[in-house]
Amino acid sequence: MEILQRLGRNTIDTFASIGAASLMLYGALIAIPKWKNIRLTVEQMYVVGVQSLLIILVSGLFIGMVMALQGYTILVNYGAEGSLGPMVALSILRELGPVVTALLFAGRAGSALTAEIGLMKATEQLSSLEMMAVDPLRRIVSPRFWAGVISMPMLAIIFSAVGILGGHLVGVDWLGVDAGSYWSIMQSTVDWNEDVINGVIKALVFAVVIVWIALFKGYSCIPTSEGISKATTETVVYASLAILGLDFVLTALMFGIS
Amino acid sequence: MTDNIITVENMSFSRGQRTIYDNISLNVKRGKITAIMGPSGIGKTTLLKLIGGQLIPSVGKVEFAGQDVHRISRSSLYQLRKKMGMLFQSGALFTNMSVFDNVAFPLREHSELSEDIIHTLVLLKLEAVGLRGAHDLMPSELSGGMARRAALARAIALDPELIMYDEPFAGQDPISLGVLLELIKSLSQALQLTSIVVTHDVTEVLSIADYVYILANKTIIGEGTPEEIQQSESALVQQFLEGKPNGPVPFHFPAKDLASEFIGNQ
Amino acid sequence: MTSRKNEILVGLFVALAIIAGLLLALRVANQGMAGNGETYKLNARFDNIGGLKARSSVKVGGVVVGRVSRIYLHEQDLIPVVELEIASEYQNTFPDTSSLSILTSGLLGEQFIGLQPGFIFPEDLEMIEEDKVCDNAPYSDCPYLTNGEEILDTKSALVLEDLIGQFLFNQGNE
Repeated sequence: MEILQRLGRNTIDTFASIGAASLMLYGALIAIPKWKNIRLTVEQMYVVGVQSLLIILVSGLFIGMVMALQGYTILVNYGAEGSLGPMVALSILRELGPVVTALLFAGRAGSALTAEIGLMKATEQLSSLEMMAVDPLRRIVSPRFWAGVISMPMLAIIFSAVGILGGHLVGVDWLGVDAGSYWSIMQSTVDWNEDVINGVIKALVFAVVIVWIALFKGYSCIPTSEGISKATTETVVYASLAILGLDFVLTALMFGIS
Repeated sequence: MTDNIITVENMSFSRGQRTIYDNISLNVKRGKITAIMGPSGIGKTTLLKLIGGQLIPSVGKVEFAGQDVHRISRSSLYQLRKKMGMLFQSGALFTNMSVFDNVAFPLREHSELSEDIIHTLVLLKLEAVGLRGAHDLMPSELSGGMARRAALARAIALDPELIMYDEPFAGQDPISLGVLLELIKSLSQALQLTSIVVTHDVTEVLSIADYVYILANKTIIGEGTPEEIQQSESALVQQFLEGKPNGPVPFHFPAKDLASEFIGNQ
Repeated sequence: MTSRKNEILVGLFVALAIIAGLLLALRVANQGMAGNGETYKLNARFDNIGGLKARSSVKVGGVVVGRVSRIYLHEQDLIPVVELEIASEYQNTFPDTSSLSILTSGLLGEQFIGLQPGFIFPEDLEMIEEDKVCDNAPYSDCPYLTNGEEILDTKSALVLEDLIGQFLFNQGNE
């Protein structure tokens, strides 16, 4: 009986927080964008985009290199090392690019957003904004949302490009796969709409989910040091789970059924 | 002008199961300093948030300058808030901006003034609180008292009609405390400001307040001018004014009988 | 304000993303400026398509001119029909008499369609010049392959098992 009761309460709580999160997003995005807000968004793009760039570049490079190394050792058994290019390109463009970027983004930028907004709440900065007749949803939440949604697909594109170059570095320059076949077979296999655009769409969906979770967790956290640390952890955990779950759904929709 | 800028009528407010206020009414007169005192933990900050429209009372209404704060539209509420300033307990300065930008913030948000004029205005406001020299410091470089003064400069940036001080004296050394008292008094006189000071520092506030409300046990237990309050016969008021550890406001948090707590569970 | 430096860095970030996007477009997906342009459709029936898949390329002498857009089974005849998308720049290029065959690149490589251009009778060439039959739709009289037309001359994929079977059968007869 008690279990049922708890289950019911948890379900209601879940719906309540989904509703609250939707209302928050609605409140943040309903406003007509003003020139000032674009400047704020650019400022936030520096925080969530530029500051995540280094980790994205490094991990993209290494993942491309590892993919090439792993792929080569398998493909060389069948004398098919010419297919290294498409293997690296497809796995990065379709899967690793968006997913790994999203996971890193959740850890790097998502947690920072939650902590920042949580601290602003704890130090009454959000309240004081409200008392200064400035809507914190529009002034604080909205620019961060847009900055994240714009930056994250760009990071994913950069990740993919760097990964493919990393694959070239190991496959061609180190292991001696023919550079011509690396690129040309890749070109004849990779399709712009099917592979590249779908990857970007994935990244875009992940971006919305990560930023949404991060902002909501920060905005609704209990304004104590313990509450903020809990909210930050939850952001990373929920965002990561959401990314992996959504990745399956999106992959099934995009590539599974043809 | 002795009309009321704020009228709170028969207001009740509860958070979850806990009742914070039970049917309280109070008035704040325009141009005066009104002090609201009471033991900590009874939700004095909550009262300010109710007046500012950040929280909604369960029963009753709050009027500011004749408008019901909780029944007007969102945009009118925001218009109304431009006439209120609030000094938060922690100062609540934006940590990523310099003192200058903090004070300039409401001006940049709400006025179309040019940067030159804003520069002049900000320096004037900072001069009023004695921090003109600190305008390019970051909030983290300020002491607690200075942060509060900087926040005060920000709160008066838009020349509000009302300013609410939330525990302005908590945790201040005697010098900062004196400075703040002097500031509150002079601002109120010079700018014709209405001030609400929420605090539990009795002596300091009684020296500047025009009218005092004492809150305890979810309701108002005493009101009047400082002289009237000091001569009050209520045991509760006297306990609060003199700082006695025990009395009508009990020293112990409500709990079961001590004996039954220890024995009853076995 | 210190945001000037940040703005420059954000600008660089955006530029980097655009460069990466271009790299993906031009070097990885070979999305030339005209690559995603107009196409026209052709149909062809095969007895057996082997390992041909949608998006396999259509080549003329090794040059990619189009892609397989769809493969389905003809409802009555129960044989595979392949729908091809050929780039519009090759409009009015391949004669009606062209033939298709399913080929394999290398021993284990992927399969593609080879298009072998046919010929045009001289009198047809004159007709094009005089009547301009290919200039305005419908093109039914045009001696070139046009949108929706079916290529009749097709060679099926070579299936290794069939080949081996045939070989053994022939051996047995001798």
